[in-house]
Amino acid sequence: MAAVVSPHAPVAEPLSPRDWASHPPYVYPAYKSTIKRGPTRPLVPLADAHARRRAPVYGHEDIGPLDSDLTKNAARNGEPLGERIVVTGRVLDEGGRPVANTLVEIWQANAAGRYVHKVDQHHAPLDPNFLGAGRCLTDAQGRYRFLTVKPGAYPWGNHPNGWRPNHIHFSLFGEYFASRLVTQMFFPGDPLLAFDPIYQSAPEGARERLVSQLNLDVVGEPGFALGFEFDIVLRGAAQTPMGR
Amino acid sequence: MTLKQTPSQTVGPYFAYGLTPEQYGYEYKSLFGPLLAGPEARGEHIRLTGRVFDGDGVPVNDAMIEILQPDADGHFVASSSEARASDFRGFGRCGTGTHASLHFWFDTVKPGAAAPGEAPHIDVIVTMRGMLSHAFTRVYFEDEAEANARDPVLAALPPERRATLVARREQHPGGAAYRFDIRMQGPKETVFFDL
Repeated sequence: MAAVVSPHAPVAEPLSPRDWASHPPYVYPAYKSTIKRGPTRPLVPLADAHARRRAPVYGHEDIGPLDSDLTKNAARNGEPLGERIVVTGRVLDEGGRPVANTLVEIWQANAAGRYVHKVDQHHAPLDPNFLGAGRCLTDAQGRYRFLTVKPGAYPWGNHPNGWRPNHIHFSLFGEYFASRLVTQMFFPGDPLLAFDPIYQSAPEGARERLVSQLNLDVVGEPGFALGFEFDIVLRGAAQTPMGR
Repeated sequence: MTLKQTPSQTVGPYFAYGLTPEQYGYEYKSLFGPLLAGPEARGEHIRLTGRVFDGDGVPVNDAMIEILQPDADGHFVASSSEARASDFRGFGRCGTGTHASLHFWFDTVKPGAAAPGEAPHIDVIVTMRGMLSHAFTRVYFEDEAEANARDPVLAALPPERRATLVARREQHPGGAAYRFDIRMQGPKETVFFDL
């Protein structure tokens, strides 16, 4: 019988607020699509009890055995092209506590910089053995792990000859309805980061947390794949009670 | 606080095969979709539908909407096994890119009030290409005027903005439908919450 992830007992501590010094503004003109799509009026504060709702519910039975192995979960007649990489890290709250059993969903371009998505018209080849989507639940230490290939850079129409840096999209819920996070992981030393308005939209001093670290020790088997480590910090209980 | 929050980034234009694959026709199981309530779920079965409009009033074809709500008795689903037993999921996800009219839809039940004094409502997460952080909003129901008038969250809003959160009741072939359009900007900009 698969374990059920929720419910947990309600917590007494309030949830820490969204730290707007860490997040991008809704309207960031260098990323042109924000100009007509970002809300312009101040957000209305809502009482904390709503933020701490434990949702949604899901369980280990929802996750397929190959869901976290993007080199196999869409394979038809071989392996996807590209550099094999392990992407792993811990999901933590601001107090450094692991967020266990939480869903991590990822999606990415293939090694040539092409997304499977039907509206991606970039003139680069699709890979018959690669979808580019994966998911897993974190373990008791908050750790997630994916095996995939390194995504390629690709052009976009935001500005003349604009290219997105290599990145992997992440979607997380965390423990609470309000700890939802959608973000992107980048790779260390990518020269395109300096020119990417999406990366640059996060405040200086915060955006650096979006860049993974090379760590060859996370792979295990020598000579098999490169390893990148990316820890993710979500909103959590506002303070650690005494004695914890 | 020893660690700082990881910054949000946009969901981008290509989330469909990762987050809403079945709706968009990809061969990958969806963990969440537009169906919250199966036939056995108790309560009034409704369809919640709407469109997302940008600052020019143009419907957005690549938004992703997620909703959370209690069941008809105001009870939030607390586990996957409970969801299976009640045929009610409590959480749904739908993109706006698969219908010609660019609407999202959810087949669910009308929620009960989750707490005394609160009007029945559905919590909503809005995100899309061009949003660097998601936004939270809420759906209230037009035919709950009395409860809406007492609801503390609605009451705290400027009266002229309350209507942006109230869904209109309509009929569709399957029964009752509620229409809830989301306006990102402009004079009728939807109320978005910080929670």
